[in-house]
Amino acid sequence: MATMTHQEALFEYLLRLGDNALILGQRLSEWCGHAPVLEQDIAITNLALDQIGQARNWLTLAGEVEGKGRDEDQLAYLRDAWDFRNLLLVEQPNEDWAHTIVRQFLFDQFNYLLHNELQRSQDERIAAIAAKSLKEIKYHLKYSSEWMVRLGDGTEESHRRMQNALDALWRYSGEAFMADEVDDLMAEAGIGPDLRRLKPLYDEYVAHILDQATLTAPEDTWMQRGGKQGTHTEFLGYILAEMQWMQRAYPNMTW
Amino acid sequence: MNKNWPLWEVFIRPKNGLSHKHVGSLHAADAQMAIEHARDVYCRRNEGVSIWVVESKYITASDPEEADALFEPAKDKIYRHPTFYNLPDEVKHI
Repeated sequence: MATMTHQEALFEYLLRLGDNALILGQRLSEWCGHAPVLEQDIAITNLALDQIGQARNWLTLAGEVEGKGRDEDQLAYLRDAWDFRNLLLVEQPNEDWAHTIVRQFLFDQFNYLLHNELQRSQDERIAAIAAKSLKEIKYHLKYSSEWMVRLGDGTEESHRRMQNALDALWRYSGEAFMADEVDDLMAEAGIGPDLRRLKPLYDEYVAHILDQATLTAPEDTWMQRGGKQGTHTEFLGYILAEMQWMQRAYPNMTW
Repeated sequence: MNKNWPLWEVFIRPKNGLSHKHVGSLHAADAQMAIEHARDVYCRRNEGVSIWVVESKYITASDPEEADALFEPAKDKIYRHPTFYNLPDEVKHI
């Protein structure tokens, strides 16, 4: 396998950051007007807007690094599924509030650890975006952690739904820490963290919250992977169809 | 079991040095959730630096029927107002 250049790896790395934020933001926005309670509707839409704001920063920078004249909009609206680099976790469907919260929690804790390191990146542009995003991510983590405990250690039904969601989503929680060539090149260059070092911190915090929430992580789960390299679950295509159709049907359309 | 979350009254301090001001109410299951909902509902546009929430049932309100007895007597006692004094320009928020 031909080794990547630094620039190619950096572009891939930025797409991962941008696509995680974009796809999760798009998923969360599906709740707009449908959340169980008005106040939650506003809360989850705020989270969606935070994610999309972060995606804009990462994808703009990705376009600059790539140097082919693509901007945030072209990267968001004119790529196909196999060119997306988000984790499988963030493309999983909302299902119910329990699935939405478990997905958010499993992602937020990873995202928090990652951005906490990225704010010290050797690349100043990355450090600046990470520092700005980290304030939002801290709130997301607090929000999703509290809902984990509230529902996990709640009523019989809320506990059952949360355990179901955890059983369904746990298999997507490992991919974030499976380092590949891109992650290793970025870690060597001092741009991103060594993911192997973050994994124990992740496991420790997740176990702590699951314990409070009286939830049990499934054992011996085969961890799914592929999103970071562009091999996605069937769900991503549907997300892109809804997100991209207008720009596809009416190219260069603006508001 | 009541399926509706209790109602909370929300007070926001717009900036340091000012006092908290009632801005509205919202539903939440507990106090922590009420703070977070208040943050999302009432502080989206930089409105505040501090939030208080109190469950609405703990607010005791004056009876409108007693308004005359409570408030009328103060109306003809204008000497209680501080407007008789000249305030330096530096003093704000009086």
